[in-house]
Amino acid sequence: MGQLPNLNEFMRISRRILAGLATASLAVTVTSCGGGSDTSGSFDDTVTVGILHSLSGTMAISESTLVDTEKMAIKEINAAGGVTVGGKSYKIDYIVEDGASDWPTFAEKSKKLIDQDGVPVVFGGWTSASRKAMLPVYESKDAFLYYPIQYEAQECSNNIFYTGASPNQQSEPATDFMYKRSPAAGKPFFLVGSDYVFPRTSNTITKEQLKSLGGKVVGEDYLPLGNTEVAPIISKIKKALAPSGGGVIINTLNGDQNVAFFKQIQDAGITPSNGYYVMNYSIAEEEISTIGPEFLEGHYGAWNYMMSIDTPESKKFAADFKALYGSDRVVADPQESAYNMVYLWKQAVEDAGTFENSAVREALVGQTFNAPQGPVEVMPNHHLAQTVRIGLIKPEGGFEILEETDGVVFPQAWNQFEPSSKGYACDWTDPSKGERYKL
Amino acid sequence: MLLDSLFNGVAIGSVLLVAALGLAIVFGLMGVINLAHGELMMLGAYTTYVTQLIFKLPILKAYYNAYVIVSIFFAFIVSGVVGILLEKTVIRKLYGNPLETLLATWGVSLILQQFVRSVPLAYGTGLVISLIIGLFLPTVFSSKLKESINFKYVKFSSWIFAALAGVLSGNLISSSVSKLSRASARNVDVTAPAWMRGQVEILGTAFPKTRLMIIIITLISVIAITLFLNQSAWGMRIRAVTQNREMSDCLGISTEKVDILTFGIGSGLAGVAGVAVSLLGSVGPNVGGNYIVGCFMVVVLGGVGNLLGTIFASFGIGILTDLIGAGRLLSIWPDMPLPLSNTINFFATTSMARVMIFALIVIFLQFKPTGLFPQKGRMVES
Repeated sequence: MGQLPNLNEFMRISRRILAGLATASLAVTVTSCGGGSDTSGSFDDTVTVGILHSLSGTMAISESTLVDTEKMAIKEINAAGGVTVGGKSYKIDYIVEDGASDWPTFAEKSKKLIDQDGVPVVFGGWTSASRKAMLPVYESKDAFLYYPIQYEAQECSNNIFYTGASPNQQSEPATDFMYKRSPAAGKPFFLVGSDYVFPRTSNTITKEQLKSLGGKVVGEDYLPLGNTEVAPIISKIKKALAPSGGGVIINTLNGDQNVAFFKQIQDAGITPSNGYYVMNYSIAEEEISTIGPEFLEGHYGAWNYMMSIDTPESKKFAADFKALYGSDRVVADPQESAYNMVYLWKQAVEDAGTFENSAVREALVGQTFNAPQGPVEVMPNHHLAQTVRIGLIKPEGGFEILEETDGVVFPQAWNQFEPSSKGYACDWTDPSKGERYKL
Repeated sequence: MLLDSLFNGVAIGSVLLVAALGLAIVFGLMGVINLAHGELMMLGAYTTYVTQLIFKLPILKAYYNAYVIVSIFFAFIVSGVVGILLEKTVIRKLYGNPLETLLATWGVSLILQQFVRSVPLAYGTGLVISLIIGLFLPTVFSSKLKESINFKYVKFSSWIFAALAGVLSGNLISSSVSKLSRASARNVDVTAPAWMRGQVEILGTAFPKTRLMIIIITLISVIAITLFLNQSAWGMRIRAVTQNREMSDCLGISTEKVDILTFGIGSGLAGVAGVAVSLLGSVGPNVGGNYIVGCFMVVVLGGVGNLLGTIFASFGIGILTDLIGAGRLLSIWPDMPLPLSNTINFFATTSMARVMIFALIVIFLQFKPTGLFPQKGRMVES
């Protein structure tokens, strides 16, 4: 029993330490979650919209930036008086659902948003796979999805509004630039991508385009998603491009695979200084800062929006985003697309004078918006006419804009280089034309 | 040309080998199906990242170039300690139940993935530091102290001390390295120091330095582990327990200690693999999952319980991947008959090469189900 007092004392001390630890950790939690308050003005009513992106899983990194931007656009609209429909002002409220990087979940959550929550519009999706999974839901329920990502096209739904670039607004001008005006002009091409629908479709288009330009594709390889062993691809690139002293690499790899690819090609001497230039379709400001500009410096990217665009609209967009989410955050093309679509929806609803789908859809076509990238316009094929820019990746990150199109490029839902869709177009304003008609 | 091909094969193989080496010990020698092996690798990769950032602090800036070497040791310790904890808390109770072990370790792998996503790395580091102190502090006490009746209190207070040290170091790191103070699910990046980037030229062929570094790391790990298993007293005990657990127990070998040691070393090697992997790609919660299937493939193909088999299997797969995936057979034998060259061309993409290699392995295992070098021992008897 002689030990008991010792034990008691010891327990007292340890309790004190534990209490200290508990308060310390409590302090950490309290400071880490600072609650935000919504702007409250006077509104006649509220309209609730749906936001559906992956907040967990592999895609969360990219898709959560879209949620942030969409919330920002909604906040701005509310601060400016909300949406005015039929003389009544509506405050926009939102329900955020998590698609969890799982495509069937996207379809399920879409059903929930439409049926249970009764939202008039859903802003959502990133991967083509998630869009393909959601498409039947929106078509069968005649609901409306706004989809903000640059994609492979070859699709034109009456129930989806695509604000990202179609291939003729990204990959085609980029290929043209690389083949005619880049330092590797006239040199052969090598195509690298992740093994899924976007890279394969995009590369088919690039091959057809190069055929008509007179260029040469000397190789093509796809990395299975999740695989980061790029050594065989590197030796193929070297074997294919070295005889002509370098060349162009078109890169459609996804996410982390880019990191492995760029780290290892640099080590293998596949660099701009040795005559190898990579044109990227999936690397924006966000990705440049994650991969590290020292690996990407001197390579190219093609987008509609780049953070370095020197206009008041672009600067304001970037500054507002930083003010809201932190000075280390960046804005990129997908975010700008997401931002635009919220505003375009607002304008269409106000013009239609109702939240009812078919009226809004009709009012949507022809809407123009002074976006951060410059003026954009909604076309009858539910895609956006927008400006295309080619940028060189700078050593300190971000793009130096080398070229931009004179005015907007009109979107093609059906690609004109791909033989199966050549000569077709899409027009939802004319009932006799619709999804796919012969030009 | 041949040298280039051989190097590529060896480079791919050594990534597989360094990743599978730990598993070859844990799965091969102990028979534990550890699905959290990939996540132990991930911890090693994150350790490299944290070490890199700490070496960027002004006081350590002068030694920045050496951070990769230092992080190899750190990663071994971090993954090893987490592995020991895993063995003590989860796996020990499940010896002899492979299916339950499989499910439990898969659960652990999910926990670890979610842990790095949702806990700031600074506090994660603090937690690991307190685990290291808590597990190792009692072992340095004198045996006199260990025998006293108060020892459990001493042991308990050493855990308190460890927790305190962990909180302090976590706070210290979090306040000095801002990148580590917030939880983030984003992938992070390990940048090799300048001396490890670029290429070196040997016999007229240029080799990437990071690949050479990985080959060296692999080589050293293999030599060290072979020496340990074959030359040291503990290595002998491990092999004895592998061959006959009951008999070793009767002869006075503490099988419990041997289990902890074996699992700790296997996990530590996974950490070293994490360092190697972080040099090639990005570091994220899913990095381990990309390698786990390859690891099991190598160990099974090599013959469970045989290090030599693992070595042969990984280099074999590496060289085959390069031969098929890069379409090298065509350049070695340019005028082969057309049907054959078409077939080879068809398989000469990375995704098809993977399919082809798995198919070849399945066929091989039909004829030799026990792998390249079958082992006689506990695994076979039970």
